[in-house]
Amino acid sequence: MKSIRIGAGLGFYGDSWEPVRASIERGDVQYIASDHLAELTLAILQKDRARDPALGYTRDLVPMLTTLWPLAQPRGVKFILDAGGLNPTGARDALVAAFKAKGWRARIANVTGDDVLADIDALRAEGIALSHLDSGAAIDSVRDRLVFANVYLGAAPIVRALERGADIVVTGRVADAALFLAPLAHEFGWSLEPGDAAGLNRLAQGLVVGHLLDCSGQGSGGNFGSLRAWAEIPDLTHIGYPIAEVHEDGSAVITKAPGTGGRVSFDTVRQQLLYEVHDPGRYFSPDVVLDMGSLRLDDLGADRVRVSAATGHARPATLKLMAGYDDGWMGQSVVGFCWPDAMDKARATIVSVRTQLAERKMAVDELQTEFLGHDSFLGPHADHGDEARLNEVWLRMAIRTRDKRVADAFPRLFPWMALSGAPYMGGLHGTSASSQLLGVWPSLVPRTAVERRVEVTLMDTAS
Amino acid sequence: MRTVRLAQLAHARSGDKGDRADIGLFAWDAAGYAVIERCVTRERVGAHFAHLAAPGAALGVDRYEMPNLLALKFVLDGALAGGAARSLRSDNLGKTIGAQLLRMSINIDDTEVAVLREESA
Repeated sequence: MKSIRIGAGLGFYGDSWEPVRASIERGDVQYIASDHLAELTLAILQKDRARDPALGYTRDLVPMLTTLWPLAQPRGVKFILDAGGLNPTGARDALVAAFKAKGWRARIANVTGDDVLADIDALRAEGIALSHLDSGAAIDSVRDRLVFANVYLGAAPIVRALERGADIVVTGRVADAALFLAPLAHEFGWSLEPGDAAGLNRLAQGLVVGHLLDCSGQGSGGNFGSLRAWAEIPDLTHIGYPIAEVHEDGSAVITKAPGTGGRVSFDTVRQQLLYEVHDPGRYFSPDVVLDMGSLRLDDLGADRVRVSAATGHARPATLKLMAGYDDGWMGQSVVGFCWPDAMDKARATIVSVRTQLAERKMAVDELQTEFLGHDSFLGPHADHGDEARLNEVWLRMAIRTRDKRVADAFPRLFPWMALSGAPYMGGLHGTSASSQLLGVWPSLVPRTAVERRVEVTLMDTAS
Repeated sequence: MRTVRLAQLAHARSGDKGDRADIGLFAWDAAGYAVIERCVTRERVGAHFAHLAAPGAALGVDRYEMPNLLALKFVLDGALAGGAARSLRSDNLGKTIGAQLLRMSINIDDTEVAVLREESA
């Protein structure tokens, strides 16, 4: 039976591509699929695009591929990456320019059509409400504040790019797992149109494989949330990102390159399997709806876990749109206090800052106070012990405000206290810039309204 | 009867989607699954994480049982201060919420669980 091997690329914008080297050199992979876009990433890219319309893609794309292509090209390894972000064409152009400068030949495709920010009114004129998926609220309340609006595309346009001979496919927003499902559908000739149960179950297996690989090292022992057990996972410094060996019937084995750190086991794989899926009985994607209730994981030992028996149901008639809207600004500051009376001094500082906010009539919508290193993560479940005896405590205060000037001014309420406030304050490391806050607006769009906007183009760097 | 922390018989990973936190809780073995299935109820989880809800709002809690994975899945709706991009929290992505769940105390019979991990002193 035919099988192919796909290696995980990045799991987010800023992730390391060093482990991908081992997957290419020793992992016998034919594809690397790389997910650069977390739910938040488009918000970061939107700021880039506002500064320079040629940007808006993840800028790790060019250095990553100029590092990895010389290893991949002689082995025939292809890349699929959603690094296009808000500007897949700009990403493609940057990559083509970099390859031409090095005299490298590659066929580079890009997929566009997921970005519907300029089409919001046209979609609404077609009778598509774009109401909030959870609350049902009308989009009018945020219409003027939208900064990005992208639809999660499925695997189909990536399959088209591969059919046309692309070596590298750069997309914008697509469902993370579609980056992995596409090469499977292409290689095995799986139809993405809803078919019989066997066909849907194959697509479901492909979705599981993609889901297990699209967070890089989280699929092979990284971030293994546990008491002590994390320390038994070998050599995370040299972790091997997960690799899926997938057969034509959809059955798959998750593994990693020989000689790498990390671990692929029943425990590490199932932690990733349930990660961010919400209802495991109905995990929606543009290409298939996955039911994990029937799924089997068999630990074969030696960093191999077999995945089988996923159940698929026909894909939804709608695609998910994720928009972001301007929701004010955050200003923040962090200061540290040493024993004696560390916690008392931190609390006195909170009172002072609140007083300053009131006296200066600074309009604040929300105020967050945290004691870093003490209970900022565990909250009421932290061990609060004897707070009077703390060695030190770090106070972080943050505000949300509509007025950027207030956010900018907030950190300046702190420095004077170094000489004129409570004693033994240390670690005031300058004042940090305010940052824009974004609300997210999930919604649904009929598949047909989006798919006719989708385009695939291919460029050969030799021409 | 003894009181243990969930961390001694299960592991967990948490993540986010919009304003929803999402936690997978995994028993180390089948005996442990029977315990978490019985003890880590929707109600207990709702009370454990009540502090994550927005002021004046209630937290939505869903629980899914996955015996094939010896796992429970919890989805906490409205737990992330409006979502990672607008939250003021240090952990705006809810990555440490899994650890908070592992702090939960539960009562078990002495003979009930085969694998109990000890916390370091």
